Order: sequence, then structure tokens, then C-alpha cells
Amino acid sequence: MCLAMPMKINKIDGSLAQCEAGGLTQDIRIDFITDPQPGDYVMVHAGFAIEKMSEKEALENMELLEEIKNAL
Amino acid sequence: MLYNSYFKNPKDVPLLLEKIEKYTEQTGPVRLMEICGTHTMAIARSGIRSILPDNVQLLSGPGCPVCVTPANMIDMILDLSQRPGVLITSYGDLLRVPGSAQGDCLLARRAGGGKVESVYSPMDALKIAEEHPETEVVFLGVGFETTAPGTAACILEAASRKLNNFSVLCLLKRTEPAIRSLIESDDFAVNGFLCPGHVAAIIGADGFSFLPDDYRLPGVVSGFEPGDLLYSILELIEMLAHGIPELKNEYTRLVRQSGNPAALALMEQVFCPAPSDWRGLGLIEDSGYAIREQYAPWDAVKKFSLAPAGEKEIPGCRCAQVIRGVLRPAECPLFKKLCSPDNPVGPCMVSGEGACAAAYQYE
Ligand code: SF4
Repeated sequence: MCLAMPMKINKIDGSLAQCEAGGLTQDIRIDFITDPQPGDYVMVHAGFAIEKMSEKEALENMELLEEIKNAL
Repeated sequence: MLYNSYFKNPKDVPLLLEKIEKYTEQTGPVRLMEICGTHTMAIARSGIRSILPDNVQLLSGPGCPVCVTPANMIDMILDLSQRPGVLITSYGDLLRVPGSAQGDCLLARRAGGGKVESVYSPMDALKIAEEHPETEVVFLGVGFETTAPGTAACILEAASRKLNNFSVLCLLKRTEPAIRSLIESDDFAVNGFLCPGHVAAIIGADGFSFLPDDYRLPGVVSGFEPGDLLYSILELIEMLAHGIPELKNEYTRLVRQSGNPAALALMEQVFCPAPSDWRGLGLIEDSGYAIREQYAPWDAVKKFSLAPAGEKEIPGCRCAQVIRGVLRPAECPLFKKLCSPDNPVGPCMVSGEGACAAAYQYE
């Protein structure tokens, strides 16, 4: 129905944020994102950011996959 | 962005597969269900089905919001589109979904003079209403918990701008009551669930802990890249092999254990749980969201006194069984014969996230 897409916040103006992904810039509502900051990555769905993406957790995700690889 | 691309090309696919194979020697045949249209598409596109061992079957459940909207609701929307002065706005997918008569959809009604507009976000519909004060703009609020907070924010915005020519037809659905109803049905035969990552971003991974707690079924909240999916499948099969069902969160780069509190607060402010009718599953208590009385001026059901007619199914279409995972699309007698994306009979072939469209395109 609506694809979710990770985008990076460039500028914030109240509940609107100018976000960017793959060279595309779009105004996205950030009504329910706690403490959004320029530079944050958010997952965008139907014009709204639904949650921040965590770089630390992403790295942990990757380490997990590495671990399985090494365990074998 | 470094981390998303990593999951697109997991170098360790053969190793994950080896582990999956090892565990299935212990479990025997395994049936896993995904309950998210984006997972349906991601699985089909990735070709994962063809690389998994034969005794691992992946089924699609009621995860496509357009597909689970019953035909009588679509009929009701089609009638509304014919009222003078009304403009229907909707996410694109819903425009092609037929009501109880094949081919009768919002796009066809537009060709016949009905006013219908496709939008990307509910905020776009709000903007149209602001620019056309003489038009009654109705937004079709379809989707699961992922779309609910945005729809709530949009209703609050309409209320604060005192926008009297805008309303939302709330077709939003809640995943948990539907999954419970599916599990409790007679023909349920699934061993574990891939839980929808973007729904969980809102309600939290904890929103699916009822699976092990109440039904002793394993669940893994999963992301959407092939690496995410394979790893989540491995985790499900590993839990089955060990006989210890739990709820795990593979998508930790987005999903918190208790979800997004600000989004949940917005939903609570604007909506209350209400009974909702699902294609394939019927009427399920508390499985939908109704707009609270306080926001009644923006509730299209109240504004236009809408009530769906009796349920009528499209003749020959097996979407009801496909949605419940009882039938694979290819088992429908119309699949690839009378029913194709160019000439769809049922919503599962129309929607970009429907199980039949996914199977048609990739299998
Ligand atoms: S193939 Fe077409 S008719 Fe058959 S279940 Fe799917 S959408 Fe319905």
C-alpha cells in the first residue's frame, strides 16, 4: 500500500522536517518523533516519520550476523 | 546508509541456510506465516521461497490492508463517490479494488464522473480540502497500526484548523485481534509468525508477546531485507527445534520493545477500539479503530450517515481463503487464467502488496 523508506532529516521546522533519501527531498511530518535532530535517520511511511532508526542497533544487528558466520 | 545496504546483500546466506536445514531435521515440516503486505512482497521479490528447504513453507496471512477491507465496505465507498460535492481521496492501491461487482472500483467510477483523487499522505488530502472549501473531501483511512498515528495527527490538525469540509472514513485495523481470531479458527495450521516490523515500530515488539504467552507460538519481529527475513526465519525454526517459543526482535535498528509512546498517545487521543469486519475473517471484536465522539465532525461515517450493506463476495474469487493462509494463490482456479494484475478479479491481485499479485509477479 505505502512503502516505508528510511530518510535523513536535514532541517526541522515545527512538526515538519525536510528529509532526504537517494537525492530526493521531501517534507515529512515528525509529529510523534521524540527529540528529532538534523542528521537523524527516520523511517517514513505515508508522509509521516514513524520512528527513528538507531545506528548503534544496526551495527549490533550486523555483528549478530557476523557471529553466526563465525560460529559455523 | 551503511546498515540498510548490509541487509540487502548478506554474504552469509549459505551459512544461514545450512543452519535452517540442520534445525528442520529436528522439527520436521514447518509452516511460517507473515502478516504484513510489505513482507509478502519482500519475500516474493527475494526468491527466499525457492532457496529454503522443501519442508519450510512460507504463508501470507491477513497483512495487506487493502485486501482485508471487505467488499461491502468498498461498495459503500463507491456509493459515497457518487454523491454531489464529495471528493474521495485515498492511497492509490484502494482505487482499483473492486466492490462486489468485478471491475467496479473507484477508478471506474472516476471515469464515470465521480470525483476521486489519489494521495500519498492524509496531509495531502487535508491540503486539498483547504484549497477547495466548496468540496467535501473524504480521506479513506485504511491501514494497520503503522498508518493509524499519522491519520490521528491529520484529524487533530483538521480540528485545530476548524476545517469543516474534511473528514476521514476510518477503515484502520488492529493486528492482534485478527491474529488471535486466525489462531483460534478450526483450520489454523501455522507453527510460527514473522511479525510486521513497521506495525511493531508503533506498538512495540511487546505487542506480539501474546503469541508465546497465550498460544505457545514463536514470533520474530522482522525487518524487510533478505538478510532480515532469512535470519528471522532461522530464529523461528531454531525456537521450534528447541521447543521454547519466545517473541524475538530482529529489527532492533527500528523497533523498540514498547514501541513509540508519542504515536500511541496520539492514537489513544483520537481513536478507540471498535469491532471491525475483515474479508476472510468476518467481524472481530476490537479489531478496528473508531474515531472518538469528540472528533465526530471529522468522522465521515457520522457526517454522511454511512452504513455498509450486507456482505457479498466476488463470484469465484478465493481471496477470503488466501488471506487466511489456507490457500496459496496458485490454488485459486482463476489465478493466471481469468485473474491477472491487468484484469484483477479480487483485491489480492489488485494490491501491490496482495499475495496473488506477489505470486503472479515473482513465482
Ligand atoms: S487469483 Fe484472483 S480471484 Fe483468485 S483469490 Fe487471487 S485475487 Fe481472488
